[in-house]
Amino acid sequence: MKKPVYLDYQATTPTDPRVVDYMVPFFYEKFGNPHSRSHVYGWNAEAEVEAARAKVAAVIGADPKEIVFTSGATESNNTAIKGIASFYKDQGNHIITVQTEHKCVLDTCRHLEQEGFDVTYLPVEANGLLDMEKFKSAITDKTILVSVMAANNEIGVLQPIAEIGAICREKGIKFHTDAAQAFGKIPLDVDAMNIDLLSISGHKVYGPQGIGALYVRRKPRVRLNALINGGGQERGMRSGTLPLALIAGFGKAAEIAQAEMAEEHTRLLKLREYMYEEITKRLPAIILNGDREQRLAGNLNLSFSYVEGESLMMAIKELAVSSGSACTSASLEPSYVLRALGVEDELAHSSIRFGLGRFTTKEDVDFAVNLLADKVQKLREMSPLWEMVQEGVDLKSVKWAAH
Amino acid sequence: MAYSTKVIDHYENPRNVGALDKNDPTVGTGLVGAPACGDVMKLQIKVNDDGVIEDAKFKTFGCGSAIASSSLATELLKGRTLDEATTIKNSDIAAELALPPVKIHCSVLAEDAIRAAIADYQAKKGLKASA
Repeated sequence: MKKPVYLDYQATTPTDPRVVDYMVPFFYEKFGNPHSRSHVYGWNAEAEVEAARAKVAAVIGADPKEIVFTSGATESNNTAIKGIASFYKDQGNHIITVQTEHKCVLDTCRHLEQEGFDVTYLPVEANGLLDMEKFKSAITDKTILVSVMAANNEIGVLQPIAEIGAICREKGIKFHTDAAQAFGKIPLDVDAMNIDLLSISGHKVYGPQGIGALYVRRKPRVRLNALINGGGQERGMRSGTLPLALIAGFGKAAEIAQAEMAEEHTRLLKLREYMYEEITKRLPAIILNGDREQRLAGNLNLSFSYVEGESLMMAIKELAVSSGSACTSASLEPSYVLRALGVEDELAHSSIRFGLGRFTTKEDVDFAVNLLADKVQKLREMSPLWEMVQEGVDLKSVKWAAH
Repeated sequence: MAYSTKVIDHYENPRNVGALDKNDPTVGTGLVGAPACGDVMKLQIKVNDDGVIEDAKFKTFGCGSAIASSSLATELLKGRTLDEATTIKNSDIAAELALPPVKIHCSVLAEDAIRAAIADYQAKKGLKASA
């Protein structure tokens, strides 16, 4: 077993060896600029790019012509939101998104607020899911864009994308979804779900970092103003020479994800449920953050009550995981996603995101469970809060001196 | 977070973890901090008839440096008289552990815990004397 055990698949995934093998020739013997029209190096490169485009499109039921390659989901989200806002600003200035979106969506929306757009940041319920009634009542005749993520990066919850899409289509509002975490993990169909724009990341699906895509609907046509101007590649929506090897790898990763999605989902769901059951069997006072059912198979986000986040992270150094604790982030604020769920600060501080993926084994999970059971127990024995709770003290009734 | 080897040592092998009977008249208990701030320290001292701290225990909910600060505090307290104990400063703890600037508040909390424990002991004694 390789230590630390990697349980951070929502941060990034290792590139699948089959993807790496597939990519290698495109760096040297099969190299070429896909935009070169005058020789075979260019033609072959272009053929590979188009093949990859078709593989990515197939995962979401799109036409290959609707796929625009970008540097990743952050660029895709920026392109979609700023591009739509700028193109359709004469039709309205209102955008709806959700408080638990990825920072790159929230920050893009804040940027647009400075340019005069009105943005509604919808709250979520305690399970992390959107209340459809609240969503519907947020729509105004000025609403031009709705951006709701398919799967959350911290708590893995799956928003009701199809329902949102149906409402947006009925009202003639453009619907964008950040599917960085969902692509290749859950079934997505842009037609059935009425999705107009969809962001994809390569490195979250065992492809290389630095490549992603934006799906932009052609029928009915969705238009946007480009962020990056230049040679007019990617139907003018994203200029710049396409990175051949990255795109080839991304295409291969998409092809594998589509072929193995169902099987992988079943295996990961079983593994995650096993992990959750084992941890809660051995440790009391564990809280699951986010809905248990409407959730990515490979995500488990737990709060370990009465222990502090940073000391917990120090105790489980042999696990590569992410924490909602302030101490591990630059902002000194606990996770805004957990706050949006109404999770108290002390529980947000002691939250750990376990991300399971393609190469996670039962042995890895057993190691993690044993380590957690041992270390959390030790930290609780050292915790005055745990001691007070054991003595029957209600911690909320204590007058703490804030410092 | 790059911690000094002393912090890591106190975190991995904390000294004097545990609890003393808080109802014992010779025991002073200090509870400082708040869960929402991410630090709560409980520090206890047991004082003998000569006014010397013969035992000290702690429990801490907090980051690595909070645990290390309280662990070190119990070591510093043992064997000191109450007067000597009041001279322990947060800067002594911070310097000994080489705490990074963002963690200085942990040593401040440890000093607060020492003072709170002493005050509790003295209050108990005062109550007993007047009874």
